[in-house]
Amino acid sequence: MDFGFSEQQELLRASARHFLERECSTNLVRRLSDDAQGYSADLWQKMAELGWMGLVLPETYGGSGFSFVDLTILMEEMGRVLLPAPFFSSIALGALTLLETGSEAQRQQMLPRLARGEAKASVALLESDGGYDPRGISMRASIRGNRATLNGTKLFVVDAQVADHLICVVRTRRGRDPESGLSLFMLDMASPGLSCTPLVGMDQTRRLCELSFTRVSVSLEAMLGGRDTAWPLLQRALDKATVALCAEMVGGAEKAMELCVEYGKTRVQFGRQIGGFQAVKHKIADMKVLVENAKSVVYYAAWALDSGAPEASRAASMAKAYCSEMYPRVAADGVQVHGGIGFTWDHNMHLYLKRAKSSEVLLGNATWHRERTATLIPL
Amino acid sequence: MDLTLTPAEEAFRHECQLWLDAHVPREWHDPTFRDSLSASDEIAFLKSWQQALYDGGWIGLTWPREYGGRSATLMQQVIFHREMARAKAPPLINILGLIVAGPTIMVHGTEAQKRRYLPKILTAEEIWCQGFSEPNAGSDLASLATRASLEGDEFVVNGQKIWNSYGHLAQQCLLLVRTDAQVPKHQGISALILDMHRPGITVQPLRQITGEAEFNEVFFDNVRLPRANLLGAINDGWNVAITILMFERLNTASLLEIQTKIALDQLIDTARRTLRHGRPATEDALIRQKLAQIYTEVEILRLSTYRSITRFQRGERPGPEGSIEKLFWSETTQHLFEAAMDILGPQGQLLKGSKWAVDSGQWPYQFLRSRADTIAGGTSEILRNIIGERVLGLPRG
Repeated sequence: MDFGFSEQQELLRASARHFLERECSTNLVRRLSDDAQGYSADLWQKMAELGWMGLVLPETYGGSGFSFVDLTILMEEMGRVLLPAPFFSSIALGALTLLETGSEAQRQQMLPRLARGEAKASVALLESDGGYDPRGISMRASIRGNRATLNGTKLFVVDAQVADHLICVVRTRRGRDPESGLSLFMLDMASPGLSCTPLVGMDQTRRLCELSFTRVSVSLEAMLGGRDTAWPLLQRALDKATVALCAEMVGGAEKAMELCVEYGKTRVQFGRQIGGFQAVKHKIADMKVLVENAKSVVYYAAWALDSGAPEASRAASMAKAYCSEMYPRVAADGVQVHGGIGFTWDHNMHLYLKRAKSSEVLLGNATWHRERTATLIPL
Repeated sequence: MDLTLTPAEEAFRHECQLWLDAHVPREWHDPTFRDSLSASDEIAFLKSWQQALYDGGWIGLTWPREYGGRSATLMQQVIFHREMARAKAPPLINILGLIVAGPTIMVHGTEAQKRRYLPKILTAEEIWCQGFSEPNAGSDLASLATRASLEGDEFVVNGQKIWNSYGHLAQQCLLLVRTDAQVPKHQGISALILDMHRPGITVQPLRQITGEAEFNEVFFDNVRLPRANLLGAINDGWNVAITILMFERLNTASLLEIQTKIALDQLIDTARRTLRHGRPATEDALIRQKLAQIYTEVEILRLSTYRSITRFQRGERPGPEGSIEKLFWSETTQHLFEAAMDILGPQGQLLKGSKWAVDSGQWPYQFLRSRADTIAGGTSEILRNIIGERVLGLPRG
């Protein structure tokens, strides 16, 4: 048993932190919050040169073949600086879903370009139901001959405004069992009949979009995984995306906590540093407990997915259930610890609170993942 | 990063499993047997169980061989405790001797003290207690006032200790006393090993919230003991106390986590058998939420323990970070027993002896008992101060 990072992993973390602190200042984050694209192509290029997009992808697809745990280290560091880039959507969601569900030819066709950062992908799953349960998916694809026609609306598609490719979950057969009858299609975002409208969300550091499909025609060759049987494969991919997101949440929460520690040491009221007051100190101590606990369960889930442990899905849901409450708590208390200044637009804490709230619901909130945990215990 | 057991650890786990399956007393699993035991019968039962474990080579695993241990790793000890839990084995009665007194004597004791005390800790021939807290020295332990004055070759002890577990059963006590009142409070404390049968000691049970008396008040009225019973140097007792607390945190983290895991497994089992609105409680959406949350918290306890063991194995010394685990463990146990009472509904309040009591009334008992968890061994408030000041570097209050 060895539950710690290797020296090589610590080096990866240190170099990622160094790079992101230099390249992704909060000034940049704020500027990109007002940008239509929501990311910096220049920074994206630098990340690609570091090999980050291909880090976790196998060498046969142009990647470096690092482990999933290594990817979560990058995600944690990206969370610290609130990196506004389609990395989570294109790699953790898009590329890993493609890797999990695509045929050899489909992977060869698409992954090398994603690994080089030349193309970006995202996954369209949610609909107006808002649930990550298969019952929430009702958008249809009707199949005739060797083509499918998609009609309907997908919501909360992450960074679709800059994606080149889209993996879309649709219902290809109606039946009693909601899990069966679901299929995945790989689409070009420029497909006729597909339109993208960014949603005005509270967290502008990660964009969510509405996608409208009007008679979007796609070849059956673009189907990922089996017809009507995509759901179980997709689950495996979503578990990984979920844990990658959790790692990002841990990084953000830890940084928010560090801002509080710093403020507690410097802000003086009643002639004393406010971090000396127990009412403040204990709030920050509780943040530390939450962050350390989250690390324990997130690193565990990352290892479980990496090593194919049988409890990996349960570990992923435990991690997300915990992080979905941990990060908003830390960030909201972070606003409280900072008092009036924490409520201002100029202070950075609100950026963390908003990222925390958008991450809380992304890929399932705490209630949903606790129920999934209960099922997987099994209770 | 690898959370699976190494082949050597797995072989050790298998050895534990085989031995425990063959030796755990079957009657312990029968609640009516346990209910029928008087307090003194239970002590005799637990002492003979520890003796059996000792004979099997399972006690003092992490102790060095020269002191009767197995020089095992911390991870092997965790594996053993985990297997104990799986086999639903009876607990270790001389726990304070094994995890506190023994390791501290190994660090600070003389050769004569090691030879005299260590073997009888392992066999539970001598049960240990500790005399730390006083009515006016709780969280502020260093302000303790029980004094020991040297008269020739003897210490003479006068004063009072409180919250003394096992005091009524113990043969030996690890006692902190003031030996110099003229110097700053941390510098005038010494540690003594006290035979609890010496004249002048009065042990008075302290009836607690559960109605039982696990703790005692202990009064010392001119209690004489040889100078040779000084543990460590004179006036170096605060240093000894720090050693004690360090061992306590390191060794108890996995034990406590495993106890909590046992309670959780029992609670899930009970919830499956409990009907709510005509259906098993485990089908109720809100109860599922609660149980999944506690399950996650208990898993986090296990994982945090693994992270500290890894840090320890990589050569880091245990530090104030242990406060994080203790704080979180204590709150998790309380959540667990609060959830249990909620799941059981009106029956949840019924105590042992009541016809409708569930699981012999252990849930309301444990609910009450767990109120101590956020107080004993550092209150949650003190732990938050330690986390704030010593882990995060916030200013002192």
